[in-house]
Amino acid sequence: MARFDLTDDGVVVIIGSGAGGGTLGNELAQKGARVVILEAGGRHEIADFINDEWASFSQLAWADARTTGGSWRVHEDFPNLPAWIVKAVGGTTTHWAGASLRFQDWEFKARTRYGAIKGATLLDWPLTLAELEPYYARAEDRMGVTGTQGIPRLPGNNNYKVLAAGAKRLGYREFHTGNMAINSEPRAGRTSCRQLGFCFQGCKMGAKWSTLYTEIPAGEATGRLEVRPNSMVLRIEHDTRGRASGVVYADAEGRQQRQRARIVCVAGNSIESPRLLLNSASSLFPDGMANSSGQVGRNYMRHTTGSVYAIFERPVHMYRGTTMAGIIRDESRHDPRRGFAGGYELETLSLGVPFLAAFLEPGAWGRGFAAAMDAYDHMAGLWIVGEDMPQARNRVTLDPEVKDRYGLPVASVHVDDHRNDIAMRDHAYGQGRALYEAVGATRSFETTPYPSTHNLGTNRMSESPRDGVVDRWGKAHDLPNLYVSDGSQFTTGAACNPTLTIVALAIRQADHITGRMARGEV
Amino acid sequence: MRGTDKRTTVRRRVFLRGAATGPAAVAVAAAGMTIGPEAAWATDLRSLKPATMTVLARAARDIFPHDRFPDRFYIAAVLPYDDQAAGDAALRTLLEDGAARLDAEARRRFGKDYIRLPAEEQRVAVLKAAETTPFFRKLRGDLVVSLYNQKEVWAKLGYEGSSHEHGGYLHRGFNDLDWLPEA
Repeated sequence: MARFDLTDDGVVVIIGSGAGGGTLGNELAQKGARVVILEAGGRHEIADFINDEWASFSQLAWADARTTGGSWRVHEDFPNLPAWIVKAVGGTTTHWAGASLRFQDWEFKARTRYGAIKGATLLDWPLTLAELEPYYARAEDRMGVTGTQGIPRLPGNNNYKVLAAGAKRLGYREFHTGNMAINSEPRAGRTSCRQLGFCFQGCKMGAKWSTLYTEIPAGEATGRLEVRPNSMVLRIEHDTRGRASGVVYADAEGRQQRQRARIVCVAGNSIESPRLLLNSASSLFPDGMANSSGQVGRNYMRHTTGSVYAIFERPVHMYRGTTMAGIIRDESRHDPRRGFAGGYELETLSLGVPFLAAFLEPGAWGRGFAAAMDAYDHMAGLWIVGEDMPQARNRVTLDPEVKDRYGLPVASVHVDDHRNDIAMRDHAYGQGRALYEAVGATRSFETTPYPSTHNLGTNRMSESPRDGVVDRWGKAHDLPNLYVSDGSQFTTGAACNPTLTIVALAIRQADHITGRMARGEV
Repeated sequence: MRGTDKRTTVRRRVFLRGAATGPAAVAVAAAGMTIGPEAAWATDLRSLKPATMTVLARAARDIFPHDRFPDRFYIAAVLPYDDQAAGDAALRTLLEDGAARLDAEARRRFGKDYIRLPAEEQRVAVLKAAETTPFFRKLRGDLVVSLYNQKEVWAKLGYEGSSHEHGGYLHRGFNDLDWLPEA
């Protein structure tokens, strides 16, 4: 396993080891680059994962202080937990459900397709589906996505059976067990899914793709990738010419270290990545690194989510088997006659008793709530994943008061739902309830969005340096050797779980970076 | 379809378990413990008054009333407050004052201490009046974990918990729903 010197200024430093950082690190190492991944969290292997929601949350979740603002309900119910993401090697690919969807063509051109929408800062991606398609294919192959690349789909579980029966009654046509990065048969040295029902807690079969036990060990095996866990990057430094020169991080013992770098890639998720850039302000970059546009931290998107849970006369046992066991795609289209722009997916979702109690209806008590919990094993559930509108004021900023243990301002996440988001969510709630009622639901619930799992857009890609933070390759408009490699580079969010696109962009970015390195451009 | 065993297993000893799994500790209370004004289990506490502890247990049951749960699930959910309050004066004050205020409100409205109000509707009316107080929000919020994270509660609700050691649900009913037509 590689070990690079802190003074080695030939390494590519990647901050974060999730879908973006972990994939990029492996790709670069495979192509001959020397790579250091700095990961804020610890390294928990498959055997360490826990089939217990709260215990696993304590093990994996990013629980460092954050603050919130705005009219979103998360601010009221979970004021210090804006996002439900992971601090560990593998990042949120340990926790994700595995849904791997390609953007549709028009979802790269949201501004053109939807037109101007008041209050929204919509922009077309400086990138097309055609350009990304080969990388989507490589990502699907790498991740073993069911229903693509000749890989069979997973069997549907009980929760899916309810969803599918309801979908059929409603006249939906495109529903199936999804495109999941979960092995339906043994593949790539990993076993197949045994329907544990704990996808969110780290897959103890290793059947679900996570960079933790795929990309990262593959990269380490080249002898050119070093992963340093428990290494929290505090700031990115630059030289007098305005080139990123290295990073300062706190190691496991809390000592500050300076790692020199040839290239720096930021992949800390859409909350920490802009926070890091803002905390890296200097006399040369007074408003934060890569922030001449003022767009760092802005246009935060989290998808128009929400859940519908429904109770039936007969048992369901929704918790048995894959958490996201199926999808309905019929509403994933742009049809303004529904009263909103963009589309949404309906995907099954289940929570165990501990998390359902926390999230079904935050703040509720009394017989109405207890009766719902009493019917836990007669319950089915789905999750809404819809495109939300980027807005300038939905943003990650540095909290003016709260500091972390290193004395740095923590991230503050402000969200106000756009009226388009609300109209879409209401439509999806209605469809979800109708679907379940069509197959006999006796009671249904419109569950408010959970703390965000899809965090996007805070360092967005743009053609013009005025409109965004990075170019079509994820390279900062303002610096020649600083990249953004996570979901924060998304220009818009599409009606898709974002991981596949993050991975495809990382593979593409690796080609671009090694090309520039070979040409001596960086 | 494969059902689950919802019988309650009897435990004979009281022991408190540290909060390894969430914001609040989970205790396991012994069989036979019940909620009432003169509860023996509440007499042997480190920091909280017995009357406070019994009010907390009664309120826990009224906040999340599951008629199939024995009282001891609720007792187990609030017992850890005694240890926590021993090292946290602010928490101790919050709980003691909060419980005393429930009693005061109960006496004002119905002429009896909270725990002696016979009708659930009366107790719920008292809780409703306290709904926005830090005391109530703390108690309700903690109960979400301290009650619903008990493994015996899971069994009562038909949730089977950890599945890895059983080989998952692949051969244990992940797709055994049989009351809907195949779509």
